[in-house]
Amino acid sequence: MDPLILAQAAEVDTGDTAWMLVATALVLVMTIGLGVFYAGLVRAKNALNTFMMCIAALAVATVTWALVGYSIAFDGTGDLIGGFGHLGLQDVGFEPREGTTIPHLVFFAFQATFCILTTALVSGAVVERMRFGAFLAFAALWSVLVYSVMAHWAFGGGWLIEGGTLDFAGGVPVEMGSGFSALAAALVVGARKDYGRQALLPHNAVYALLGAGLLWFGWFGFNGGSGFSTGDASVLAFTNTLLCPACTLVAWFVLDLLRGRKVTAVGAATAIIVGCVGITPAGGYVSPGWAMALGFGVALPAYAVIVWRPRTRVDETLDVLAAHGVAGFFGILFLGFFAQASWNGVSDGLVYGNAAQLADQAWAALAAPAYAFVATFLLLKVMGFVAPLRATESEEALGLDVIYHGEEAYPTGEGAILVTPEAAIEGERPVADLV
Amino acid sequence: MKLVIGIVRPEKANDVLEALYRADVRGLSISRVQGHGGELDRVETYRGTTVKVGLADKVRFEIAVSDPFVQPTIDALCEGGETGEVGDGKIFVVPLERVVRIRTRETDDLAVTPVGA
Repeated sequence: MDPLILAQAAEVDTGDTAWMLVATALVLVMTIGLGVFYAGLVRAKNALNTFMMCIAALAVATVTWALVGYSIAFDGTGDLIGGFGHLGLQDVGFEPREGTTIPHLVFFAFQATFCILTTALVSGAVVERMRFGAFLAFAALWSVLVYSVMAHWAFGGGWLIEGGTLDFAGGVPVEMGSGFSALAAALVVGARKDYGRQALLPHNAVYALLGAGLLWFGWFGFNGGSGFSTGDASVLAFTNTLLCPACTLVAWFVLDLLRGRKVTAVGAATAIIVGCVGITPAGGYVSPGWAMALGFGVALPAYAVIVWRPRTRVDETLDVLAAHGVAGFFGILFLGFFAQASWNGVSDGLVYGNAAQLADQAWAALAAPAYAFVATFLLLKVMGFVAPLRATESEEALGLDVIYHGEEAYPTGEGAILVTPEAAIEGERPVADLV
Repeated sequence: MKLVIGIVRPEKANDVLEALYRADVRGLSISRVQGHGGELDRVETYRGTTVKVGLADKVRFEIAVSDPFVQPTIDALCEGGETGEVGDGKIFVVPLERVVRIRTRETDDLAVTPVGA
């Protein structure tokens, strides 16, 4: 948290609060944007199920966050986890949250949207084959055991933030947390049955672009709100959220041209996300110029992993590792080099003479991937002993929309016979049959 | 000469293509069709509207072959299309009166033999 903000009087500021109310709503729409993005990237027969995993995060992670997660993340300054003083929103009211000028309730709601989004992000690794019920249970447990713990480390007074690691908007819990958890989830759940045998293509690239656009839009609240005020840090992060992804897009265009002589739409959608992720940890700490450099730079490792990953047996389906894990890792370290006290008022990076900052960033870059991967791996292994994690082969073949939701994303109505409620209840032949 | 029509599950279409390729059967058309072959109806609900979907998506293969290729084609369709559940599909073999390759005006057996085979 920004020491400048800590120094301010503990009074609710109306301007800050107004912005944070808007920022919270902006971050919430990111989960919908992610749903559109993910749904576009899967096959038509799984489009609804994929979107519904994001909706499930809205349902499940909000409840777990209010009941348990928020307290673990933001109550007290324990090294590894917070306390239990805010269980069930106890003592979360209108008074300003410590260290901010916004009501505690708004602070809680803003942080809740982060937990929801991050939980939804992990689903990208297991779409098109995970059982919906198993995902609901996973979302509930993961949001507490993994997200809340990592949020405490980076935001809530845990060992990383106390040790001096800078993470403006969530490179540790959100980006590396989701990315490396996604890798573990893909390994435990296993590849789709047709992976590596058939071309499994995005069914609607327009959705991918629309979803990525909505994510970028929402990211202005995500980064711009992470200063919890309308102060300099928020303004800097807001503008960097415009600059950095634009540069990633340009770099991605060039990489696409070099590799395939064509600028791809799905690549562009990915680039927007990679750029937004890259600037997430660094938003309020680096100058606009360095934010642009970060945008160009982050494209390289993310692009490399996206090209390499499908050649492996690891069906980390929607490349959460590349777009979030790798890009977040890059952003956290980049900040260790190029943070500038003259812009952020907090700390310099290595390039500006403070090598210690890079060391602090390196701790986060080691610990976050390790915890996310190991904790998620163990969680899913244990869940797998209790109940199967994935759909059967024939269910996977038919598509999970019909299996788990009894709906199709694109129903034609051909061959559909209306069932009257009475007939459905009594198991009789539908009226349409008798006519 | 026969026209072999195979109606299979869409998710097995790739397996059928693979089996046909291995049986050296080239030259085919496919189309997406809807049909009903005795499998259980799917029930879908959209808000208050519940429907029974009696027609399932299928893929229809049409393959014109010379007589020695009829059995290998049928075998490939069976092998690639089988899951063992109701709804795997059907194969119809019908006689062909005449075949013409438009480009060369070749007819019959010559016309159903792929170029370069």
